[in-house]
Amino acid sequence: MDFPVLSYLIFIPLIGAVFLLFLPKDKFGLIRWTSAFFSFVPMVLSFWLTYDYFFNFSQTADFYYMEGPLSWISLLNANYFLGVDGISVPMLFLTGLLSFISIVASFNIAVRVKEYFIFFLLLETGMMGVFCALDFFLFYVFWEVMLVPMYFLIGIWGGPRKEYAAIKFFLYTLFGSIFMLVAILVLYFSSDPHTLNILELIQTAPGFLTHGLQLFCFVFFFIAFAIKVPVWPFHTWLPDAHVQAPTAVSVILAGVLLKMGTYGMLRISWPMLPEATRYFAIPIAILGLIGIIYGALVSMAQTDLKKLVAYSSVSHMGYCMLSLGAFSSVTAITGCMFQMVSHGLITGALFLLVGVLYDRAHTREIAAFGGLGAKLPIYTGLMVLFSMASLGLPGMSGFVSEFMVFIGAFGSGIPHFQLITALAVLGVVLTAGYMLRMVQRMLLGEFNKEKWGGLTEINTRELIIVSPLALLTIAIGFFPAPLSDLMEATITNLVQLMAR
Amino acid sequence: MLENAYLIPIYPLLAFVIIIFATRWKEKLSSAISIAAILVAVIHSIFVMIAVIGRHGVPFELSVPFIEHPLISLETGIFIDPLTAVMLLVVTIVSGCVQIYSLGYMHGDPRWSRYFSYLSLFTFSMLGLVVANNFFMIFIFWELVGLTSYLLIGFWFEKDSASDAGKKAFITTRIGDLGFIIGILLLATYAGTLNYQEVFTKVADGAVPVGVLTMIGIFIFCGAVGKSAQFPLHVWLPDAMEGPTPVSALIHAATMVAAGVYLVARSMTLFVGSAEAAMTVAVIGLITSFMAASIALVQNDIKRVLAYSTVSQLGYMIMALGLYGFDVAKDPHSHSVGYFAGTFHLMTHAFFKALLFLGAGSVIHAVHTNDIQEMGGLSKKMKITSLTFFIASLSIAGIFPLSGFWSKDEIVAATLGHPVFMFFTLLIAFITAFYMFRLCFLTFTGKPRNQERFDHAHESPKTMTMPLMFLAFLSVFAGWVGMPWLSHGFSSFVYTGELQHHGPNYIVMLVSTIVAVSGIGLAYTVYFKKKISADVLMEKFKPLYTLLLNKYYFDEIYDKVIIKPLLAFTRMMWWSDANIIDGLVNFVGWFTIKWADAKMLFDKYIIDGAVNGAGTVCMAASWLFKYVQNGSVQFYTLVVITSAVGVIIYKVTPEGFVYYFIGVVVVALARFLMKMNRPEEGNVETEPEG
Repeated sequence: MDFPVLSYLIFIPLIGAVFLLFLPKDKFGLIRWTSAFFSFVPMVLSFWLTYDYFFNFSQTADFYYMEGPLSWISLLNANYFLGVDGISVPMLFLTGLLSFISIVASFNIAVRVKEYFIFFLLLETGMMGVFCALDFFLFYVFWEVMLVPMYFLIGIWGGPRKEYAAIKFFLYTLFGSIFMLVAILVLYFSSDPHTLNILELIQTAPGFLTHGLQLFCFVFFFIAFAIKVPVWPFHTWLPDAHVQAPTAVSVILAGVLLKMGTYGMLRISWPMLPEATRYFAIPIAILGLIGIIYGALVSMAQTDLKKLVAYSSVSHMGYCMLSLGAFSSVTAITGCMFQMVSHGLITGALFLLVGVLYDRAHTREIAAFGGLGAKLPIYTGLMVLFSMASLGLPGMSGFVSEFMVFIGAFGSGIPHFQLITALAVLGVVLTAGYMLRMVQRMLLGEFNKEKWGGLTEINTRELIIVSPLALLTIAIGFFPAPLSDLMEATITNLVQLMAR
Repeated sequence: MLENAYLIPIYPLLAFVIIIFATRWKEKLSSAISIAAILVAVIHSIFVMIAVIGRHGVPFELSVPFIEHPLISLETGIFIDPLTAVMLLVVTIVSGCVQIYSLGYMHGDPRWSRYFSYLSLFTFSMLGLVVANNFFMIFIFWELVGLTSYLLIGFWFEKDSASDAGKKAFITTRIGDLGFIIGILLLATYAGTLNYQEVFTKVADGAVPVGVLTMIGIFIFCGAVGKSAQFPLHVWLPDAMEGPTPVSALIHAATMVAAGVYLVARSMTLFVGSAEAAMTVAVIGLITSFMAASIALVQNDIKRVLAYSTVSQLGYMIMALGLYGFDVAKDPHSHSVGYFAGTFHLMTHAFFKALLFLGAGSVIHAVHTNDIQEMGGLSKKMKITSLTFFIASLSIAGIFPLSGFWSKDEIVAATLGHPVFMFFTLLIAFITAFYMFRLCFLTFTGKPRNQERFDHAHESPKTMTMPLMFLAFLSVFAGWVGMPWLSHGFSSFVYTGELQHHGPNYIVMLVSTIVAVSGIGLAYTVYFKKKISADVLMEKFKPLYTLLLNKYYFDEIYDKVIIKPLLAFTRMMWWSDANIIDGLVNFVGWFTIKWADAKMLFDKYIIDGAVNGAGTVCMAASWLFKYVQNGSVQFYTLVVITSAVGVIIYKVTPEGFVYYFIGVVVVALARFLMKMNRPEEGNVETEPEG
C-alpha cells in the first residue's frame, strides 16, 4: 500500500490535537474550525476507505491496507500492525462520521474550549486505532488511550454529577481492561513463539490452548468487552455516564464506544476461542435476551429523556448479544453488524436531538413538556422519525438489523434459540411502548404556551448534523444490500473460524 | 401494464416526497399533486385488472433481491393475481374518493399539506402491502400502514384523546405483529423462503410438518388479529375514530383494517394445511363478529357504531375464510365458498363502509357532533347524504340486489355444514340490520332533538357529495360481479384457475333476506314508528345494556390487568436497577475504598513497621560493626593471623579448632566490652594502639 491510509486516519486527529496546543485559547472560532477540519479529513478518508474497500476488496475475507508489522517493542514482540476487513470498515466509517458530527455539535461548548477539542481529537485517535489494530499490544494501548480523554470530557464538561459519572466510567472500564490484559498475557505466554499478533493467534490459538484455558480466556475477554457493550448486568455505568456527559460525548459514547465491545468480541474472542464460543452460546444469548427486555422495561419507567435513550441502548445492544450467541449463522452476525451501525446512527441522532432540546429548555424531564409538535414542527418530525427508527420501523435501518438478528438467531439451529428469539421479539412491542409514550408525552397533546412559548426551532447547524444520520438510516433501511455485501465475505469467514 | 405495476405504489410515494420537500407551503398544489397521483394509480389499476383477466388466473411475479444470505434470501417484488388486482382497485378507488372528499372536509385545516402527504404515504404503504410478493415485504408495508395510521389518528395531536388513540392503535397492533414476526421466522426456518409461491408450493408438498404449520398459521393470524381489530385486540379500532373522519373511512374501515383479511386470504394454503389453525381463525372471527355487533347496538357515537360495525364485518370475513380452510383441510374436494365469500365481502364492504363513514363525516361536518342523540330529521337538510347513507345501510344489511346482499349471502353459504356458525351468522346479520337502521332513523328521520344544531346544518359541498354518490353507485353495483348466475364472475375469478361454478342457493338467499328485513323492521318499529320505546327496552335489559355500553369492559380489564401492572413492574425494575445492580457496583466501589483504608492502617503499622524495623535492625548492626571496622592495622593483622592460625589448627585437628574458636571469641568479647566502657575513643582512634 503506497498510501498508509489507516495511519492517517489514526494520527490526523492526534496531529490536530497537538496543533491546537499552539493556538491561543481565547480564539474560540479558530479552535472550533481547526478541530472541525482535523476531524473532517479523517471522515473523508473513512468514506473513501469504505468506498474503495467496497468496490475493490470486499469479495474476500482478507485484510487490506495493511501496515506493518513493524517492530515496536522487540522485547515483547509487539508490533505496529494495522489492517481492516469487512467488519472494521463499517466501524471506521461510523467513527469518522460521528466524530465530525460530534465536533460540530460541540460548537456551543463555551468553557475551556481548547482543552475540550484537544481531548475530543485524542479520543478520535483512540477509537480509530482500536478498529485498525491487529496487534494485541497496540489494541490494548488504543483501548486504554480512549479512556483518558473520555474521563476528562465527562468529568469537566458534564452535568451536575459529572465527577461521579466520570470516575465510575473510568474505573469500570479499567476494571474490565485488567481482565483483558490477563487474557492477552495467557495467550502470549501460551503461544510458541510468543506472539501478540492477533491474526496469527486467531489461526493458532485453538490449537495450543487447552479447553480449560480457552474458557478462561473467553470469560476474561468477555468481562472486558461486556462492560463496554454494556451487557446486562454490567450496564449501570452507562446511564450515569450518558446523563452527565455533554451531548456530543453521549453521541460518541453510544455511537462508537459501545460498539468496541461487540467489535472486540467479533474481532478477537469469538474467532480466536471458537470452542468457548460454542460452549457459551446459550448463556450469551440469554444475556442478550435479558438486556433486550430489561433495558426496554427500565426505559419505560424513565422520566428523564436522556436516561430513556441511554437505557434503550442497553436494550438495543441486547440484540447484538443475541445474534453473537448465534455464532453459526452468517445472517445473525450480519444482523449484529447492522445493529451496531444502525444503533450508532439512530441513538447518535437521538442524543443530538435531546441535546438540542436541552440547550433551549435546560431540562430533560419528559413530563415538563407537551405538545411541542405545534411549536417545533421540524424538530418533532425528526424526533418522531428517529423514535420510529429506534422502535424498528421498516424502511429504516433498525428494522433490517432486528429482522436479520431474529431470522439468524431463530434459524441458527442451536438448541433453545427458537424459544430465546421468540421471547426477544417481545422487545419490539416494549420498545414501541416506551418510544411512543415519550413521543406522546413530549411532542403531542396540548402545548403549554406560557412555559415554552419562547422555544426556538432547531437551527441550521443542528439540522445539518442530524440530516446525514437521517439519510443513512433511511438509505440502509431501503437498500441494505451494499452494507451486507461489504461484510459478507468477512463474516462468512468468521463464521467458519468459529465453527472450528 | 403488468410489467410496470410496481409503479402503482410509487405514484403516491412520489406525491408524498414532493409534498414534504417541495410544495408543503403551497396548500392547493399539495392536495392537487396527491389527488393526481392517486387518479393515475386508479387508471393504472384498471389496466392491471384488464391484463389480469386476460391471463386467466396465471399470476404475474417480478422481483429483485433485497438481501441475499445463505440462510434466507429476501427480495423486493410484486405478485399480481386476481386477488391483488381486486385489492388494487379497491384501495385506489376508495383512496381517491377519500382524498377528493377531504378537500371539503379538511377545508381550512392549518396542516392541510401534511394531511395530504400522510394520505399519500398511507396509500403507498397500502398498495405496497397488496402487491408484495413475499412475507417479508408484506410485513414491511404492514408496519408502514401502521405508522401512517398512527400519524393520522393522532393528526389533531393537540387533543389528548387523539394522541392517546394513536399510541394505543400502534402498540395494540404491534402486539399482534409479535406473532406475525414469529410466524415469519418459523416460515423462514422451516420453508427456507418467504416468497409466497415458493412457500405455498413447499407447504402443499408437505415439506413443513403439520404441527409447525399449525403454529405458523396461528402466529401469522396474530398479525391479522391486530391489524383487523379482531378479538381480543379489537380495542384500538373504536378509539381510532379520534382521527379525521375521511381517515377513518379510508384506513379504519375500507383498507388497512382489511389487510388482516387479505393476509389470511393470501396465506390460505397455510390454513388449508392445518385444520386446527383454520378453525382457530373461524372461531376468532365469529366471536369478534358477534361481540362487536352487540356493542354496536347501544353506542351513541355515530362513528363508534360504524367502527364496531367494521369490526363485526371483518370478523365475518375472517370467519368465512377460516371455515373455508377448515372445510378444505378436512376434504380437499369440498365445495366451500368461504374463500370467495371472504374476499368478495372484503371488496363490497370496502365500498359501502367507506360510504357510511364519509356520510357520517358529512353529518358531523354539518352538526359538529358525533352524538346521534343530538341529531334527528337531518334528511330534510341533507338530501344526498341521507340518501346515500340509506343505500349503504341497505347494502350492509344485505338487501337484494345491493352489493352487500351478494357477498353476505356467500358468507351465510360458507357456514353450511356448521350449524353453530350458521346460527350466529344469521343472528349477526339480524343485529347488523337493526343497529344500522337504528342509526339511520335516529340521524336522519324524526324530529330534530337539538334544534340549534339542526338549524346550523346544511348539505356538504360538492367535493364531499360527489364521492358519496360515486361510492353509492359502487355500493349498489360492485357486488353484481359476484352474482351466482354469472359463471365467470367474481367467484371463479378469485379462485384463479379452479373455475368452480357455484350455483345460486335460493334457500340461503331467502333466509338471509328474511333476517335482514326483520332486523330493519324492528328498527323501524322502535326508532321510526316508536311503537316500542327504546327507553323501556333499555330498562328491561339494564345489566346487559350496561355491559354493552361499556363494551364488555375490555379497556378497563386491560388497564387493570396489563397496563397498570406493567408500568408498576417497570418502575420496580428501575428501582432495582438503581438500587440493587448499581447498588452492587457502588458497594464494590465503597468496599474498595474501605479496604484501601484498612490497607493503609496495615501499611502504616505492619508494612511500614517492617520497613522501620529493618532500619532499626540495620542501625543496631551498624552500631555493632563500627567497632570492628576501626581502621587499626594492628587489629586487622590480628584478625588475619588469628584466622590463619585457626585454619591451620582446623586442618590438623578439627576438635582443637572448636576450643581455639571459643577462646578467640571470649578474648574478642572481653576486648569489646573493655572498649565499650570508653566509647568516645572507639572510632576516632588514630593511635596504633593494641
